Amino acid sequence: MAKYFLIESRSSFDSTQVTQNYQLASDLANAGNETTLFLVENGVLAARAAAANGLASLNAVNVLADDFSLRERGISETELGNGVQVASIAAVVDAMAEGQKTIWL
Amino acid sequence: MKALQIIESAYRCTIEEQDDPSVWISQAMKGAGADLDILLRGNAVNYAVSGQDASGLVFGDKPQTQPPKLDQDLQGAIEKGITVYIVADDVKSRGIPEGKMINGVTQVTCQDLPGLFGNYDQIWHW
Amino acid sequence: MSTKTLTFSIMDSPFEQARTTTAFRMIHEAIERGYNVNVFAYEGAVSLAFAHQKPHANAVHGRSVEEEDHPLTKDWIAALQEKAKAKGSQLDWINCGLCVDERGVNDAIDGCRRGKPSDLWKWASESDGTLIIATK
Repeated sequence: MAKYFLIESRSSFDSTQVTQNYQLASDLANAGNETTLFLVENGVLAARAAAANGLASLNAVNVLADDFSLRERGISETELGNGVQVASIAAVVDAMAEGQKTIWL
Repeated sequence: MKALQIIESAYRCTIEEQDDPSVWISQAMKGAGADLDILLRGNAVNYAVSGQDASGLVFGDKPQTQPPKLDQDLQGAIEKGITVYIVADDVKSRGIPEGKMINGVTQVTCQDLPGLFGNYDQIWHW
Repeated sequence: MSTKTLTFSIMDSPFEQARTTTAFRMIHEAIERGYNVNVFAYEGAVSLAFAHQKPHANAVHGRSVEEEDHPLTKDWIAALQEKAKAKGSQLDWINCGLCVDERGVNDAIDGCRRGKPSDLWKWASESDGTLIIATK
């Protein structure tokens, strides 16, 4: 199976399309692909544990939140939902260099 | 190398550009020999509706003489050998009647997407 | 072992979207690693390298032009070009020619050149990784 590195820069509060993007990530993972969802820019607004966000359904997906975007918005690591890991922008470059199918949703 | 062009952003600058930039660049690359197909999702599924009419704009005394014709552009893409997929769930949620869509688009469901993506080396999302 | 090559396509005009900053962050990180980087600037992104951008003061914050040190995307691109040179790698920047013409931004900084969609396809076909960063 393939490796997918998905980037989401919008929050589910911006557009209902983002909820569809979360579902796409879940579907790719459940189809047996190694799937990462990298939240960046306003995408990290969904990363707080207390946010009503739909990330809870992404159990099979490796969810990362960009460290700069979190800091820019004053979101501390202790506020993040279970299963959301902080990562740097290097994660995107690593994925591209590895030849993962890298998709900015 | 085979790439799937996912087009989601719709009607953003189609009047000013007289084209959708993502449909246009797909056709340009195809013309230069690229092996690619298109997947319409989100609001871009409306591009497959036949009979879209953006004509008649005049600013001052300056008319737009070549308004965009997205339905015809997609038809042209199909005729050039580009498979145009469309996410059926997004068509349905927008209430687009079957009979209003251009001929030749290939409907896929959200559940089909992992399998579809597996057919391409790269996935480009516009 | 040959170095990696990454291709980015960007679309946003300067000063409009956070995606521009994120794109520069990715390009910077790739160059830091010594990777070769290709950037295909499409639509509004062709203005990022426009040579005639000018900084300005900020009266709201009481800062002079010098104090404000307002970032200009052309300067960030030039800095990334310098970094790539120092690392012994390449930053190749193409502006889509038709997009340049319709926006009247023909004067790009040195090291940025005109091109066409087939350039993007060629790069993507030859790169280790490709990322399209579209405007929304």
